[in-house]
Amino acid sequence: MLEVKDLHVTVEDKVILKGLNLTINAGEVHAIMGPNGAGKSTLSAVIAGKDGYEVTQGTILFEGQDVLEMEIEERARAGLLLGFQYPIEIPGVKNIYLLKAALNAQRAARGEGEIPAPEFMKLVREKSTDMKMDPSFLQRAVNEGFSGGEKKRNEILQMLILQPKLAMLDEIDSGLDIDAMKVVADGVNSLRNADRAILLVTHYQRLLNHIVPDHVHVLVDGRIVKSGGKDLALELEERGYDWVLEESVA
Amino acid sequence: MASEEMEQLVRREYKQGFVTDIESETVPPGLDESTIAFISQKKEEPRWMLEWRLEAYHQWLKMTPPSWSHLEYPPIDYQAISYFSAPKKPEDRPQSLDEVDPKLLETYEKLGIPLHERAALAGVAVDAVFDSVSVATTFKDKLHEAGVIFCSISEAIREYPELVRQYLGTVVPQSDNYFAALNSAVFTDGSFVYVPEGVKCPMELSTYFRINAANTGQFERTLVVCDKRAQVSYLEGCTAPMRDENQLHAAVVELVALEDAYIKYSTVQNWYPGDENGKGGIYNFVTKRGDCRGDRSRISWTQVETGSAITWKYPSCMLRGKESIGEFYSVAVTNGRQQADTGTKMIHIGENTRSTIVAKGIAAGRSDQAYRGLVKIGPRAKGARNYTQCDSLLIGDQCGAHTFPYQEIGNSTATVEHEATTSKIADDQLFYCRARGIDEEDAVSMIVNGFCKDVFQELPMEFAVEAEALLNVTLEGSVG
Repeated sequence: MLEVKDLHVTVEDKVILKGLNLTINAGEVHAIMGPNGAGKSTLSAVIAGKDGYEVTQGTILFEGQDVLEMEIEERARAGLLLGFQYPIEIPGVKNIYLLKAALNAQRAARGEGEIPAPEFMKLVREKSTDMKMDPSFLQRAVNEGFSGGEKKRNEILQMLILQPKLAMLDEIDSGLDIDAMKVVADGVNSLRNADRAILLVTHYQRLLNHIVPDHVHVLVDGRIVKSGGKDLALELEERGYDWVLEESVA
Repeated sequence: MASEEMEQLVRREYKQGFVTDIESETVPPGLDESTIAFISQKKEEPRWMLEWRLEAYHQWLKMTPPSWSHLEYPPIDYQAISYFSAPKKPEDRPQSLDEVDPKLLETYEKLGIPLHERAALAGVAVDAVFDSVSVATTFKDKLHEAGVIFCSISEAIREYPELVRQYLGTVVPQSDNYFAALNSAVFTDGSFVYVPEGVKCPMELSTYFRINAANTGQFERTLVVCDKRAQVSYLEGCTAPMRDENQLHAAVVELVALEDAYIKYSTVQNWYPGDENGKGGIYNFVTKRGDCRGDRSRISWTQVETGSAITWKYPSCMLRGKESIGEFYSVAVTNGRQQADTGTKMIHIGENTRSTIVAKGIAAGRSDQAYRGLVKIGPRAKGARNYTQCDSLLIGDQCGAHTFPYQEIGNSTATVEHEATTSKIADDQLFYCRARGIDEEDAVSMIVNGFCKDVFQELPMEFAVEAEALLNVTLEGSVG
């Protein structure tokens, strides 16, 4: 589904990714772990198309399409969706309005008509109940005045409504207490199916107790230096990142 | 039906008639006493009105155009303007929509304006079906029943001279400023509203119907008087871009609210801003002022300004009555090469007077805009309060927004709060929306509409919906 080959990325003249390779197939959950500053968030930002990231080498293919040639919105419409580490506030724009505009934009790209209002309301109510979000959230301005946990739940709510093919979640666990973590994890787990892939970017192993990955990759200094199964995450938790680095250099 | 006949028909339906004579007489360009006498005579005005006009004219001669605004435009030759002209003859107008700026037509299309109205708005000499004739008649009956007077200012001068004489120029004196003085001397069009004591006007008053029937005057004069405990909501303008051969527009609007009266005045202004280089756009120099004359009276200005090449406009409130309230909610959008210098003045004179200012400025393209606001608390305005919030949003890096807040506090018990922000339309907000599949232009309009929410919610429902559509059209092509 997603194929990243030899990806080199520079941000403000600083080389962040130095030849990253990653293949994700439908139905899989991948976790990217690594120390701070390793380039974890850069990877998902580049895939989503954020400005300021210069790809100097390498390719990203999504279902055979050259992602780097696509506009930001085209990527989202193709089914690549990024859940933000720090969701953005948009004053005056109702949450429900953003959801509807996004859903309809994606439907339009698939050649479908706008979702009928009653159907949309039903969908949104159902999904926000799943995320334990009070209906009043839908009427509030996007992320404005939301607590950290509310913002993260809101990101997952968007995923549940937009149903991406590849959901990329950047540090979705940061700033969550254990109850909120559970709700977020349940939401993400409900997205798991044979046609969808999930890419988790996280610093801590904790999240992976709730969302169990099929593959764990260790990103150090711009490269994936080690890949393994879910047990790798536990090992990292126990031993830290230094041994992986030493092993890769050796 | 030829459009001239149609205009006649429209006029006939307003029984008391807006302008009874439509002989094709036009005075040659230039302004002197005889021009003013001609206008006054054409309007069948009483003697005092002519004298009032002449007084204004003499004041005007001694004045110079204001130079303090943040605007740039070539000097206007006031002797090159024709101050009275009958409606344009069909042969002088564009003969078909093919002769009209295609950009204008595109905009009509996007705003969803019906085909037959597009031609009329663009000034094309064509037959038109006018629903507004019958609408206007029912409208008149209902108002008459309630005792509300709503007619053209010319008609009011003839039919209700005492009322007009009592209030005209009491809010905006003839010598108030250069453009107001000019307007006082030569105004030929405009509306008059009087809502009697205790009456709540049964409908929102709009000049829309009249604007459909004929182009708005170059020098409009509007006077709205709300007697004790009366209420009225007045809507001015039209979301459709209007073309006019007259480049200079200098209107005066006066509002008078007596005890416990409430006037809500909403404007959506979308004059032709000119082509991409600003050529042919309207200069809009307006003096709007409300006088909260009675205790507990309230005047609320709401405006959405998207048009004109140049806008110079400061709707203001004189808060004289005790506990009177003044409000100003404004969205000004400039794109292309538009310039706007707009804002408000809140003059607190009475005790415990309150005012609220919410001004939102959005600049895109190579446009430039300034917010200029004065909050003045007089020595007797014990316990006066003002809250001002002005926010500017810049789209792109070739536009400019400037804020000039002035405060003159003459009473130590007053509370004056001012908040101001200037932000670029945030890249991270755009990215967030686009990363959900929303295209860039829709994302911009969504963010901008959110930015304007506080003001739009003050508009009457119908207007609010139109205003949003208008905003989107105005900002089209401002990114990317």
